[in-house]
Amino acid sequence: MPGGRFFLRRLVYAAISLAILALTVLAFSKVGGDPVTMMLEPGASQADIDALRQRLGLDLPFWAQYLKFMQNAVTGDLGTSIYYGQSAVGLYFDRLPASLLLAGTAFAWSVLLGIGVGVTAAARPGCVLDRVGAVLALIGMSMPAFWFGMLLIMFFSVHLRWLPSSGSGSWRHLVMPAISLGWYFAASHLRLTRSAMLESLQSDYVRLARLKGMPEWRVILRHALPGALIPVVTLAAINFVLMVNAAVVIETIYAWPGIGRLLYEAISFRDIPVIQAVVLMSGSMIVLLNLATDLLYVAIDPRIRHAE
Amino acid sequence: MRNRFGELDLAATAAALLLLLFAVLAMLAPLVAPHDPTASSLSARLLPPVWSEGGQSTYLLGTDQLGRDVLSRLIYGARVSLTVGVAAVLMAGAIGTALGITAGYLGGFADQIIMRVVDAWMAMPSLVFAIFLAAMVGQSAINVVLILGLVYWTRYARLVRGEVLSLRERDFVKLAVVTGASSLRIMVRHILPNVVNTTVVLATLMLGVVIVTEASLSFLGVGVPPPNPAWGLMLADGKQAMMVGKWWLTVLPGACILLTVMSASILGDYMRDRFDPKGKMR
Repeated sequence: MPGGRFFLRRLVYAAISLAILALTVLAFSKVGGDPVTMMLEPGASQADIDALRQRLGLDLPFWAQYLKFMQNAVTGDLGTSIYYGQSAVGLYFDRLPASLLLAGTAFAWSVLLGIGVGVTAAARPGCVLDRVGAVLALIGMSMPAFWFGMLLIMFFSVHLRWLPSSGSGSWRHLVMPAISLGWYFAASHLRLTRSAMLESLQSDYVRLARLKGMPEWRVILRHALPGALIPVVTLAAINFVLMVNAAVVIETIYAWPGIGRLLYEAISFRDIPVIQAVVLMSGSMIVLLNLATDLLYVAIDPRIRHAE
Repeated sequence: MRNRFGELDLAATAAALLLLLFAVLAMLAPLVAPHDPTASSLSARLLPPVWSEGGQSTYLLGTDQLGRDVLSRLIYGARVSLTVGVAAVLMAGAIGTALGITAGYLGGFADQIIMRVVDAWMAMPSLVFAIFLAAMVGQSAINVVLILGLVYWTRYARLVRGEVLSLRERDFVKLAVVTGASSLRIMVRHILPNVVNTTVVLATLMLGVVIVTEASLSFLGVGVPPPNPAWGLMLADGKQAMMVGKWWLTVLPGACILLTVMSASILGDYMRDRFDPKGKMR
């Protein structure tokens, strides 16, 4: 099968990445000290401590612990939350819907705005929209999302009293977190769309379409845009995973009950299994997403298929 | 600073001047700050900036909820942000460049190991990875530098390795091999000088990213520990007061972060255009 070796190699690489992720997370967790001291009452007897260590497998050598960790991870078991006493993976999935809702909303507006303005700006480099877009993109990439979130609260909640400053439950709670979360990503989509479109507009097939006398809007939308969309869609997919998992500060500011907030709570309680679960899940999602895009490219692009 | 047509690049010049100003203020903090940044005064709590109603001329930018002078804290905060930011960028750059050159020049097994770690570590969202490390090693300014170095070295490694792959095939490297120079000597004396440009440009681009990450960590309480006047900490401290309209505790530290990061980003773009005209780093 053409591309079979490429396919296999990507699969192996993804598996290795997942194994290294698990190793990293486990090894750095050891730096944090003995979790047993966090789990027992102060003054617990040595026998109790030893019993708990044995139950958690902490008496085993590191490599044995690692193998066990991997074995459990594959079956979806990343340990039990010290604070909640529930499965860490279970907690992650409890919080996932809230994060998906927030990330989905932020994603939708950031993609629409980013691609829309990016295409218009590339069609007429130097026009007003291009300049405004460039300034907005620069500010969007430089502004810490949590500061922007606080400015929104100050204006819309404290000053105008239009929107609730935190919490969840109605669409009004969603507006500000979605705006502050999506801002950076809108800027990043805009920048990439613009440069990909500029490149695509220089290509031979776009020149041919122009030579054939097509109307400019048709050249842009039907010929230049599809070619430019491939890198944009790849970035957008990765950005979506980032929005789900890395919205820690935004979810903390707005008390939004998602995965970011779960991570924040886990830090305050030093709930190591939950921290491990969030880090591993977010890293694994990106690894799997990269694998999926690579395989899609193989399926779509014959040049990669026959490169080996 | 001139662009490639020889004209004065206004944005890049302004950005460089602003960063320079912040750096000078940070260095001279004990001389220019009007007050001790950690000295609290119970009689002067939550005073607004001097131009607002109720503002006092002794506290030009007002005070926080403990009566500490905001202007002095911002100046000392520049010290924290810039020192941590520059140190972290250097740290990440040193690790990433060393490992990138090793991977690219030696190839084979070393390359495989280093690049698989790079792949895996780059998959973790940088803020989540940084928070995880911070929760494990505990709070201190030096730990923040170490953490940011560990989180961001992968980007240098990937870029430098790519450069080295093409440098390795160049005649001057082949000649060095023929004259019997050791691999270590070739990497340090022949390859390293040729990747420094790339590393410096990336470092400038990364400075802003690193400063925002430091501010986020401090804001979440796992970065620079209080009572240090870090900008991220000031934002966290000001959150309560913000809800009752004490805007200056939120607006001013954030504006400092924004200006610093934006300047670093403009300067980075400028350096990239100057030193990387082929656009390898885009």
